Amino acid sequence: MCAIASNIWQRYLLWFAHDLVDFRMAEIKSLISVLDINMRWVEEPADHPFWIVEVPSEECVKKLASRSISLRGVIELWAHSNNISTLHQQLKALNPNVYQPYLQPHLSFKVEVETFSNHLSLPELVDKIEVQSFSYLPIVGPVNLKNPDVKLWFMEYYGLEPNNIPELPYQYYFGRWITDGQRHLMKKFSLKTRKFIGNTSMDAQISVLMANQGKVKPGDLVLDPFVGTGSLLVPAAHFGAYVLGTDIDYLILHAKTRPSRIQQKVRASDESIQANLRQYGLENQYIDVVVADSSLPLWVKEFELDAIITDPPYGIREPTERVGTHKVPQITEQQAPTHIPSKIDYGHDHLYQDLLNFAAKHLKLGGRLVTFIPILRELYNEENMPKHPCLELVANSEQVLSAYVCRRLLTYEKVSRPSDCMAGERTFDPSLENFRDKYFNHCEDSRQVRRQKHYSNIGLRDSNSKTDRIAPESDT
Amino acid sequence: MKLLTHNVLSSKCLKGVSVGYPLRLNATDIKVVDVDFNSEFVSRMIPKINYSALYEAAQSIGHHNGLPDAVADDYEHNDDFLKAVHHVLLEVDVVSGDLECPESGRKFPITRGIPNMLVNENEVNEINSSNGC
Ligand SMILES: C[S@@+](CC[C@H](N)C(=O)[O-])C[C@H]1O[C@@H](n2cnc3c(N)ncnc32)[C@H](O)[C@@H]1O
Repeated sequence: MCAIASNIWQRYLLWFAHDLVDFRMAEIKSLISVLDINMRWVEEPADHPFWIVEVPSEECVKKLASRSISLRGVIELWAHSNNISTLHQQLKALNPNVYQPYLQPHLSFKVEVETFSNHLSLPELVDKIEVQSFSYLPIVGPVNLKNPDVKLWFMEYYGLEPNNIPELPYQYYFGRWITDGQRHLMKKFSLKTRKFIGNTSMDAQISVLMANQGKVKPGDLVLDPFVGTGSLLVPAAHFGAYVLGTDIDYLILHAKTRPSRIQQKVRASDESIQANLRQYGLENQYIDVVVADSSLPLWVKEFELDAIITDPPYGIREPTERVGTHKVPQITEQQAPTHIPSKIDYGHDHLYQDLLNFAAKHLKLGGRLVTFIPILRELYNEENMPKHPCLELVANSEQVLSAYVCRRLLTYEKVSRPSDCMAGERTFDPSLENFRDKYFNHCEDSRQVRRQKHYSNIGLRDSNSKTDRIAPESDT
Repeated sequence: MKLLTHNVLSSKCLKGVSVGYPLRLNATDIKVVDVDFNSEFVSRMIPKINYSALYEAAQSIGHHNGLPDAVADDYEHNDDFLKAVHHVLLEVDVVSGDLECPESGRKFPITRGIPNMLVNENEVNEINSSNGC
């Protein structure tokens, strides 16, 4: 809780990284809810990366920044205007109580500049500060460019189109840096340095967003029913949840699938989801993974989860399967000792219907289901998203993958307990059925072209090679 | 596989099996690991787990020492009790063995700590298959 310390709410500038813009508001809303933060917008947030907010105390924005991966950082706002002379006037008239504690002889400082959408060279940036000359501010401490005690920021906002910037900025901001957001987790949890990954591992940034959508908090119990290499469990565990996963693929859970790193010939003998958590010092949060088919019931009725966070199979990069008899099983040597049953296609309508029914049954009240769904953009209609009477769709963010295809991150919250009559209904529009067929029909042309290019480049190989897959991963 | 997981798994997807719980636990290799004690988590889990099934599972593999056979009344404030439950829930790890359906006797192998709950196509309970997960 960040209790109301005084009646005077303070203004802060939330500075967002400019990517996955459609996920921003959803993340912030989830976080103010799970962290119980009191916050109000000064102006309705838009697509631009600077939001002015008011909170009762600095504590509130610090808490927000301790979880948000959309946030670059938070600035205590000292002045803000669409006009530079007004900005200077505001700064000159600033109450000394605001700046005095930070402008002290023993505190080193640095002034930084951001010119959003207007990329300037370093000398040009330095020039900006000199031209603006904030010399009226009683800065008395020593300059320290590497590791200052106090960072002051001057920002100019030139709109969202770098190729069409105005002569003068639309907005000016000035303030004191309070704290960084969680962008550093993108490096910390980067797939590039993770022990066990596969070609369906989710990149670090989106995995963190998903854990935040799940409102994960310490001591929660979180399940991924399509766990693969466990990439969604990592941030959930990082935020203190105890994590569990199931997957139909015995080989993946035992890390016996072909390595997905090009330079890696064989997998190390100790690769596993558990080893990944160990790598990050999160082994305490690991419960188990189980080889199981998520289209069949597995858990006792009383099993209650705080969140279900998952990326179900799309049927493109990895097969969408369930146990059944429509296909002849191909049992490899490694699989033989534990017999892998034959699998049939697991249609998207059934998969999501099962997933929502499962969530309605096993989530606690107020618990969340966070799942991706692949969409042909042309056919998208919000009304057709999977539905369940006990689940409310609280967020729906688009990540564009190509001109035709996107995936949407859907966040549902359990709002009531199911009665028996609610289970097993067909819960959404059949137009979303057979995504794979539609995807391939739609993309046939471009695939043909790519395939020809591919084959002429490297010679004939199996038609399942990486070039044929959509590759949304952007691990930066 | 930890006993917490055992406590929530069932074999009810099998044809002709109605409850499929608790699964009989046969362990051929057990590892005792260190997991940080989180009293809040353990006390949150207590009303959610089936305590007698936990006790019996621990007993069946000889790891019930120190575990009371019933939930302590004041469990939320009883650290000794919570620590004993913590140990059995999270620190006793079955590396290999199997889980056996109490109704049909069907065995599910545990290898390298991972239970395999897959069933053959002809074993699936058709009514259940629409219920999912
Ligand atoms: C998109 S991947 C998820 C990847 C995962 N997030 C990771 O970190 O690797 C989907 C996973 O679902 C699994 N799967 C497919 N059908 C399944 C089923 N019926 N039950 C359980 N898992 C299934 C696949 O083996 C695959 O690992």
